[in-house]
Amino acid sequence: MPTFVRSLALSCTAAALTSALTLASAADKVKIGFVSTLSGPSAALGVDIRDAFLLAVKMNGGKLGGLPAEVLVSDDQFKPDVAKQLFEKDIKRDKVDFMTGVVFSNIMLAALPEALDANTFYLSPNAAPSSMAGKDCNPLFFAVAWPNDAYHEAAGQFATQRGMKSVYLLAPNYQAGKDSLSGFKRTFKGTVVGENYTKLGQLDYAAELAEIRAAKPQVLYVFLPGGMGINFIKQFVGAGLGKDMTLLLPGFSADQDVIGPVGASMSGLFNTAHWSPDFTNAANQKFVAEFRKEYNRTPTLYASQGYDTAQLINAAVRDVKGKLEDHEAVRKALKAAKFDSVRGPFRFNTNQYPIQNYYVRTVGSDGHGGLVNKSFNEPILKDHGDAYVQDCKMKP
Amino acid sequence: MTSVLVLEQALNGLQFGLMLFLLAAGLTLVFGVMDMINLAHGSLYMVGAFLGAWIVGLTGSFLLGIGGAFVGTALFGMALESSLLRPLYARDHLSQVLATFALILILNDGTRMVFGNDLPLSAPEALGGPVELVPGFSYPAYRLVIIGAGLAIAALLYVLVAKTRIGALVRAGASNREMATAMGVDIKRLFTFVFGIGAALCAVAGVLMGPLLAVQVGMGENILILAFVVIVVGGIGSIRGALVGALLVGFVDTFGRTIMQQLFREFLPAQVASAAGPAVASVAIYVFMAAVLAIRPQGLFPARG
Repeated sequence: MPTFVRSLALSCTAAALTSALTLASAADKVKIGFVSTLSGPSAALGVDIRDAFLLAVKMNGGKLGGLPAEVLVSDDQFKPDVAKQLFEKDIKRDKVDFMTGVVFSNIMLAALPEALDANTFYLSPNAAPSSMAGKDCNPLFFAVAWPNDAYHEAAGQFATQRGMKSVYLLAPNYQAGKDSLSGFKRTFKGTVVGENYTKLGQLDYAAELAEIRAAKPQVLYVFLPGGMGINFIKQFVGAGLGKDMTLLLPGFSADQDVIGPVGASMSGLFNTAHWSPDFTNAANQKFVAEFRKEYNRTPTLYASQGYDTAQLINAAVRDVKGKLEDHEAVRKALKAAKFDSVRGPFRFNTNQYPIQNYYVRTVGSDGHGGLVNKSFNEPILKDHGDAYVQDCKMKP
Repeated sequence: MTSVLVLEQALNGLQFGLMLFLLAAGLTLVFGVMDMINLAHGSLYMVGAFLGAWIVGLTGSFLLGIGGAFVGTALFGMALESSLLRPLYARDHLSQVLATFALILILNDGTRMVFGNDLPLSAPEALGGPVELVPGFSYPAYRLVIIGAGLAIAALLYVLVAKTRIGALVRAGASNREMATAMGVDIKRLFTFVFGIGAALCAVAGVLMGPLLAVQVGMGENILILAFVVIVVGGIGSIRGALVGALLVGFVDTFGRTIMQQLFREFLPAQVASAAGPAVASVAIYVFMAAVLAIRPQGLFPARG
């Protein structure tokens, strides 16, 4: 049956493409193709990136770098082939200047060649796989958020620092899942008593929880973004495993989009991230306040990343004075990243992945009956890059 | 493997298998009695889950949600059968596949228009935690409830099919439709009834699984494939076959997901094992189906001898 879906979707797209006759390309505005997962159980991620991105544009008076900004938002439905078609449409038909938006590494890697082959910049607001940091690094690709391994390296460091001896690791069976667990193992000094890779998008973890119970680790570290994480944590609590082991999470698995549906049992969990809503830098305080005002909820990590991506485009377009056709100049301006990031200081490495600080956060009361993340003052990893940069043979 | 792990996995397999049974029971009857391939069966599961989640959201009562979804989806299924599907019985399987595939797309988008992309649904507060079954081993209360409900429905269905007049008609229809018609069975009403029951069982499965999975558009498509595997393994048209097939598939999937990895770890380096384990686990069910088909092409308990 999936074959039916694909062939039907293909024929629909073909029809849409042939009927597209308008080919407008204007230098008097900046066009951005925004493709993200906006439906299904993992939609909250893409929605937050989108909302924060559009908020940044709105706070800028509808402009980025002085040019009126046009953002073409579309939904990849969590499907790599759909994302690929949407990239093609945005780049070939709508002639966008920048592509951005994708949440998941596997979807981004499927669609990315459409942008790179057409000489279009891709600014990743989330996915940053190890391959693109090392041997496949590309002058057109910028990882704005954090390398796929980074949160996990920070978590491994934290578990080691706390003197924990044994860990069980769980992640979906795809590139980012594998990156994440190798990141954790890079900094964790104890023993790995079990390691399991599940199907991407799996929602029922009964079998895995049974195995974890039997393995009796001191720490359970899971990398399960979006709806997968929400279901896992609920089922972890339901199985009563909380009293037997410490659940340690990467920041996005303990963020507002997870705290909401899981509820009070999130309280006290540790997680690692490069950003926290309680950061006191001016850019962040303004962002969090405006986001809460506009959308009536606390922003997630994803939101902070979407906001930073828009700020990065804003800075680059401003610094090249709107001359978007000069690719080399745009790239230099992007790489300089001259803006106040909500995460505090950061810079791009030679592979165009960020070098920045990572923090441990705990989930605690927000004082109004809800839960929110609070960061430790001292970063767990300072000025941290990635482990693949030496494989990147890109010219500076 | 410790005995606790085996016990817990057995319960997990039972829970998953029983939910598959609720889906497969309807599917196998529709297939067996009406000789109709209904790809939209998974969509009824989705419609039921959305109806249930919506009612739970309105009333706060999980039981009302299940009851409402049961009745609502049965009515919806019967309306669908008597309006859209009835003209398809005379057509060949390819027309049925095409028409019911179109129905999947229509129902997906229809549901999106009415309810949105997803609805929140959580297990009742009281069932959120674990229950200690034997000292040192606790199991999620909600999954126990699902097992209980699944067993109860399976028993009811058995009584309905094996002991009542209407059940006899259904069995007659499944084993030889022409003869049943010749003996004066009102086949039209029987079909509508069977379709309604199938839809209602889907809805119960949808609402019960909602808190464990997610109530979202498209949720029926993945599980539909498993339901087809179940009825192929069990034998088309047979309720008993559906039950046995569903439990087998449930166990193979649950144990496959953990045992495969452990097994591979014994022989292979960790790197290879962690790559091969999940790959094999995800096809375990289909390998199992292929094995059954190779040995017994008609399934384990075919309705037609």
